[in-house]
Amino acid sequence: MKHKRFNRSTCYKILSVAVITILAVLFAFPLYWIITGSFKTSAAINATTPQWWPEEWVLANYQKLFSRQYAPLWEIHIPFTGFTFAGPDVPAAIRWLLNTVFMAVAAMLFTCITSAMAGYALAKKRFLGRTLVFSLIVCAMALPKQVILIPLLREMASLELYNTIWAVIFPIVGWPFGVFLMKQFSEGIPGEMMEAAKIDGAGEWKTFYTIALPLIKPGIGALAIFTFINSWNDYFMQLIMLTSTKNLTIPLGIAKLQAENAMDFGLIMAGASLAAIPIIIIFLIFQKYFTKGITMGAVKG
Amino acid sequence: MAAEKKNPMSKALVRRETIAGYAFMLPSLVFFLGFVIYPMVQCVITSFFDATMNREDIFIGLANYTELFQDTVFLGALRNTAVIVIVSVPVVCIFSLWVSSVIYDLKGAACSAFRCIFYLPVVTGSVAVTVVWKWMFNNYYGIFNYVGTSTGLLKQNINWLGDERYALGCIILILLTTSVGQPIVLYVSALNNVDQSLVEAAEVDGATKFQCFWKIKWPQIMPTTLYILVITTINSFQCFALIQLLTSGGPNHSTDTIMYYIYYNAFKLYRYGYGNAMGVVLAVIIAVLSAVQFKLAERD
Repeated sequence: MKHKRFNRSTCYKILSVAVITILAVLFAFPLYWIITGSFKTSAAINATTPQWWPEEWVLANYQKLFSRQYAPLWEIHIPFTGFTFAGPDVPAAIRWLLNTVFMAVAAMLFTCITSAMAGYALAKKRFLGRTLVFSLIVCAMALPKQVILIPLLREMASLELYNTIWAVIFPIVGWPFGVFLMKQFSEGIPGEMMEAAKIDGAGEWKTFYTIALPLIKPGIGALAIFTFINSWNDYFMQLIMLTSTKNLTIPLGIAKLQAENAMDFGLIMAGASLAAIPIIIIFLIFQKYFTKGITMGAVKG
Repeated sequence: MAAEKKNPMSKALVRRETIAGYAFMLPSLVFFLGFVIYPMVQCVITSFFDATMNREDIFIGLANYTELFQDTVFLGALRNTAVIVIVSVPVVCIFSLWVSSVIYDLKGAACSAFRCIFYLPVVTGSVAVTVVWKWMFNNYYGIFNYVGTSTGLLKQNINWLGDERYALGCIILILLTTSVGQPIVLYVSALNNVDQSLVEAAEVDGATKFQCFWKIKWPQIMPTTLYILVITTINSFQCFALIQLLTSGGPNHSTDTIMYYIYYNAFKLYRYGYGNAMGVVLAVIIAVLSAVQFKLAERD
């Protein structure tokens, strides 16, 4: 009993870690249930006593998912001629996956390029109207993004971008969080290095390219992974902008699947696995950058 | 501003900096003005019109707004949204602070493993998370009813999502699991940045763990708390995918939220003007709440 105080604090610690471990198991459970569910037989899924671990592993749900609908693998429109080159027909879910990857990669590239340049300018250039632009950005960020979806839909319709993947990409690129994040990172670029480059006769672009860019690379990495994951899961925007089967993204495709086959849980879980697993793998690989992106964005929220 | 006054720049330099600044800003500004600011302005303007598909908008002044505050479904949605925010914001903040305070000084790998697991529901995506919860809450095949009845907690199966008494609670529960990931990441990094020398000094002076936390760590993580409050409030207001996929606002409008009702009016009834009026009201509410949270935090 001589370490009484020490014991009490250790006890609290062990107890809380135990409780948090149980909670963590509960948090991971839905994902476990998606993955195991996608391999269960329909008898196992519709049993009133759930199988905690599938007794029999089958691919039937995936076969059903891939044989439901078909769509061409790609389509390339030749402007002004009306010609379209279409790829071979593949299961629609594959096309959805491809659409989603294209959307997330394009949104990520555009966002990183435009935000790195704008963030650099806001942090390092003393131009007229800089404070105005920056306060506009901060105000826009505090407002709910979904509020602008109705006007955005009409705008995309008049630009003839409605029901194309670009209607989802452009608003993501416009969302100013990236600029804000890159400004935070660019503040750290030492002014002397830029001065030195100027004295050496480097122009504005060369200064940015050779001095600033290498210094803000970690920030760009954080922004890239952040944009990739968020655009992958930006369901509301996709729901409003995309309609035809071949243009859907994977989350949207799963939602439609669920609306049409509400009780076929095996099929829906196979779709959910297809939507969730690629993005989780990417998250786990780039986790470090991701954490950095979240915390940097909050430094001066 | 002060720095600029100290080193007055020549006019030529100002002009050069301005041109360069805007040249670097240009690509970003095109997207920002075109796909964020322009729609925001349009949202406010259209809220004064009777707007729908394939017809010129008709100016109707404040009619959308007066209708809004007599619309019992909207007022119900406002109430449900308020319930969601009032329950989820404090729970998310307290829960994530507690989890982070326990895990932040574990050995590196354990801490990041926990952080990762609590972030999983966010990465999994709202659609995949929602469809699996729909299965788990199912009346016949869901594990909630199975576990409940087999342990004797429930006398009979409950139709969780189809019952007015439980549906909103279920939605809030799912929302909580997808909301704590980001706050935990933020709190863990904030707690790691707390000035360790102050904590040690206090411990030498015989401060208890609780005093250490309340007097030293809490003030230092206050900015993070404020940020978490603001983003959790905004996220809770925007709860949409869950509602659309699980209950469509039912049963009997018991899970209607403002965001879902906006969607319903705009994209099911094609009442764009009315939907935009709701959007403006929602934006004003969020702006006022954020301002209040900032003011309160400043006073402390």
